[in-house]
Amino acid sequence: MNWFKYSSPQTFFPLAGKLAPWFGVLAAITCAAGLYLGFFVAPTDAQQGDAYRIIFIHVPAAWMSMFLYLVMAFWAGLGLAFNTRLSGMMASAVAPTGALFTFLALWTGSLWGKPTWGTWWVWDARLTSELILLFLYFGFMALQAAIDDPRRADKAGAVLALVGVVNIPIIYFSVKWWNTLHQGASVSLTKAPTMAATMLTGMAVMAFGFWFYSIAAALTRARCIMLERERASEWVGDYARRSA
Amino acid sequence: MLAALRCVIYRDLLLAVRRSSDVLTVLLFFVIVVSLFPLGVGPDPALLRTIAPGVIWVAALLASMLALNRMFASDHADGTLEQMLLGATPLGMTVAAKILAHWVISGLPLVLISPVLALQFDFPREFLWTLTLSLAFGTPVLSLIGAIGAALTLGLRGAGALLSLLVLPLYVPVLIIGAGAADAAVSGLGGQAQLLLLGALLVFAGAFAPWAAAVALRISTE
Repeated sequence: MNWFKYSSPQTFFPLAGKLAPWFGVLAAITCAAGLYLGFFVAPTDAQQGDAYRIIFIHVPAAWMSMFLYLVMAFWAGLGLAFNTRLSGMMASAVAPTGALFTFLALWTGSLWGKPTWGTWWVWDARLTSELILLFLYFGFMALQAAIDDPRRADKAGAVLALVGVVNIPIIYFSVKWWNTLHQGASVSLTKAPTMAATMLTGMAVMAFGFWFYSIAAALTRARCIMLERERASEWVGDYARRSA
Repeated sequence: MLAALRCVIYRDLLLAVRRSSDVLTVLLFFVIVVSLFPLGVGPDPALLRTIAPGVIWVAALLASMLALNRMFASDHADGTLEQMLLGATPLGMTVAAKILAHWVISGLPLVLISPVLALQFDFPREFLWTLTLSLAFGTPVLSLIGAIGAALTLGLRGAGALLSLLVLPLYVPVLIIGAGAADAAVSGLGGQAQLLLLGALLVFAGAFAPWAAAVALRISTE
């Protein structure tokens, strides 16, 4: 099998068009299942009551926000190293979804903080580093938007994304030493989980739902970017005539 | 190669001396921003003493960002930058020399004047050296990280505002550790740990940032 068959926009465009709806449907099913588990099956927390249930959106969104930055940097780095067009398009397609999940994590965190900590916002390590992550996403998108030549925009964005990846651990630890109030990580691979199994399942299902959503959204956005950038090519002309 | 680097540094410094108003503007900006804070938060000496390191550090961050635009812009406008890209000296080295010259012009004056500004805030005199030393270690890191942003936004419209969006989030660790050094010294913990961390950041950024800025310059000028 030729792995590079789908590395050109012309062959990837129809594939993305076929895959995106499937991932969209999967996302809808898993999100619905995750929300059902979270709202109806998982037990009420002894200390926080029902307020804790926002965890089923908050924690998976925070996971995705960090993971998608790595995905974005991976595609950007690949584009910079091998000078492939499609990688840069994928990086630009992932960025808005990553920013969306970062914002969602901050917003739900603030809604959760009010009943449990008694405040909408604290300058705590994780909140602050998540906020800085949002700024990094905005910086990446603003830089790409400011450059007219798409190839230069891809490469400049790639350098910025890679510099950001190197910086994220430094930012995280510096903010952590600076101040901390956030509870320690509830889910760890090395320790036994400190929460009920149904809560953990609900969170995992929601995480898969967000994952599928991200893939569907990124593929759909990548399709638009491909059409826009390759508008001078023959296959886009054929596609436009066929769908007209 | 060293001769070429010496030449780049000498040239940038000479240009700065001939247009000394540019250097003074950044320095005055720094002084004015720091002086605005007592007017905003009130002249209570106890409050001013506690916020002094943070205020001076944030002002230094903004002042060094204000100067970044000039790092490559004039060389780009008159074609000197293209000659540097084509030259035999490795571009990373040339960029490192330019960053060093830029720090001497825009960072070093801030470091030197910071003790005077700290006295305005009634900052304890025995800890002044910690604050000054933290700025001496930290401002070169700002110039190094800023060089990447300056190279990426070279020749773009609205480069100034964009540059701040790109660079300020990356400045966060330097700000936290730098302002933390003086705070720790005042609280009796001693600022050595933070100063060592700043030194580590300086070594790390000094090794990689010129190289990344060189890559960004090639992208911006191709």
